[in-house]
Amino acid sequence: MNRTRMTTIIRKEWAELYKNSLVLSTVVFMPLILTALPLVILWASGGFEGSVDVVVSELPPQMVQQCQGLSGAACNQIFIVSQFMLLFMMIPLIIPAAIAPYSIVGEKTQRSLEPLLASPITTTELLLAKNLAAVIPAILATWVSFGIFVVGARLLIHDTLAFNHLFAGRWLIAIFLLAPLLAILSVDLSIMVSSRSNDPRVAQQIASLLVLPVVFLLLGQMLGFLIFNNQVAILFSVVALGIDIVLTYVAVQVFDREAILTRWQ
Amino acid sequence: MAAMIHTDHLTRRFRTKDKTELVAVDNLTIDVQPGEIFGFLGPNGAGKTTTIRLLSCLIAPSSGTATVNGYTVGQQNQAIRQSVGILTETPGMYDRLSAATNLRIFARLYGVADADAQIARYLRLLGLWDRRDDEAGGFSKGMRQKLALARALLHEPPILFLDEPTAGLDPEAAHLVRDFIAELRQQGRTVFLCTHNLDEADRLCDRIAVFKTHLIAVDTPTNLRRKLFSRQVVFHLRAMAPQLVAAVKAHPFVDEVQAIDNKLVVRMHDPELHNPTLIRTLVDAGADIQFVGELRYSLEDVYLQLVQTPSLSA
Ligand SMILES: Nc1ncnc2c1ncn2[C@@H]1O[C@H](COP(=O)(O)OP(=O)(O)OP(=O)(O)O)[C@@H](O)[C@H]1O
Ligand SMILES: [Mg+2]
Repeated sequence: MNRTRMTTIIRKEWAELYKNSLVLSTVVFMPLILTALPLVILWASGGFEGSVDVVVSELPPQMVQQCQGLSGAACNQIFIVSQFMLLFMMIPLIIPAAIAPYSIVGEKTQRSLEPLLASPITTTELLLAKNLAAVIPAILATWVSFGIFVVGARLLIHDTLAFNHLFAGRWLIAIFLLAPLLAILSVDLSIMVSSRSNDPRVAQQIASLLVLPVVFLLLGQMLGFLIFNNQVAILFSVVALGIDIVLTYVAVQVFDREAILTRWQ
Repeated sequence: MAAMIHTDHLTRRFRTKDKTELVAVDNLTIDVQPGEIFGFLGPNGAGKTTTIRLLSCLIAPSSGTATVNGYTVGQQNQAIRQSVGILTETPGMYDRLSAATNLRIFARLYGVADADAQIARYLRLLGLWDRRDDEAGGFSKGMRQKLALARALLHEPPILFLDEPTAGLDPEAAHLVRDFIAELRQQGRTVFLCTHNLDEADRLCDRIAVFKTHLIAVDTPTNLRRKLFSRQVVFHLRAMAPQLVAAVKAHPFVDEVQAIDNKLVVRMHDPELHNPTLIRTLVDAGADIQFVGELRYSLEDVYLQLVQTPSLSA
């Protein structure tokens, strides 16, 4: 694999992305909103005065053990924070679904694919570069958002014990393992959907359906059906990895040069 | 010298939407020599673009073989891609990026050593230097075509595939592109030129293949004319008389004689050999000859003849 050719494509994708204000604003503002939301709620809940017993009586039983030795306010905040973990997982799903359709449909509508495929770039390099061009911003946005969230939470959560919960295994697994895997899943699906569509908006909408499972999980968690602990984080990561492997295998099988030329245009 | 492009029974079939098979290129066997401008002429849907795609390793042949620059299609594709430059039918650019950036992307993909110098050289050569920082999306059709030519040449390929390079250009832009193509031959490059423009093919090409799914004929423009039509000589006379027609007809080498007003149109195969005899005959029969000239067929006549009646190819 040739690094120069891949970085050329990645830089090209980013240069085009930079000129596309619609997609660019999704990439920048969506993570900021998803970060600001939990911080605002944390801030609003800071004045909670009830005792830990009151909070515990309201919580799903699996949460209760985490509240041992904490004040009511701290326990409340931990609960809120864990609710938002899944919200962060939307960032790596949504950003590739915004970027990738434009990168494929853009090649189609500009008719730029044929000269590109006539060049010495290999299909693996091309697919990988297009993947990375969408996955890297998604992962960076997730990490930057998490960084902002950590700094904000430090200021809003006064109980150190509660704050430390942010660095519990499940968070780290989610941010550093699950998020990248979800980003790859999202970009693979987006490329497949886009290769069959001529309208980037339709492709984007279909790809956006990816967030639905996350919304269901979020609901399930709020209603107490699901607790996002270490085991669940690892389980999700394993599932995402499995799907990634299958999708990548299918993509490599399906997209040879001729298929890209005839299907992507 | 070995052929730059060689195909042997190259065939490509497509499966259409209604599950039937469509043969786009059927048993194409040709040789294109180094430094030649090879015209590829055929009506819409003849399979010209498909042939270019086969030879630049964008799609795979269904059967048959081909070599390009000595490399085998299907086995040494990477080496072929590095040796050819391609001007596609619709010269797609990254519209939001500048002309120079568009070229830089391709210079890197082809691993061009002195990218900036090459980009500057071709932008200047094609008169786009002043517009180098403008978005390609704002370019006129002619400018896009020139930019696409620059893109095809950045890596100095010995072989160029040009798919209708002057289609849709105004006469001035077309002229410029044609001059540029003629210059490519001066540099010793081999050019495979698909076109509908017969005049262009006539003026630029060393040899022309007439193609419509099958290869119909391949030869120099002059030979194509000669093979297909016996030649016609026109004698302008002061006055026409029936005995003149009869006297000319009496010669066995004359295929056909027509009297039109005071002109005598004589069809034969070798006017250089037979004209002196004919002139003597006419003068002896009492004709006053004002002019003698040859009626030349345009390549268009040749082309239409070939494409409409493929059986003539034999
Ligand atoms: N990917 C494809 N799938 C199915 N059929 C195809 C495909 N590509 C080309 N064809 C068919 O092959 C035939 C030849 O097409 P091609 O584009 O090579 O013609 P052409 O000579 O370049 O025509 P034009 O002068 O209009 O550009 C056409 O009938 C076309 O419909
Ligand atoms: Mg064509």
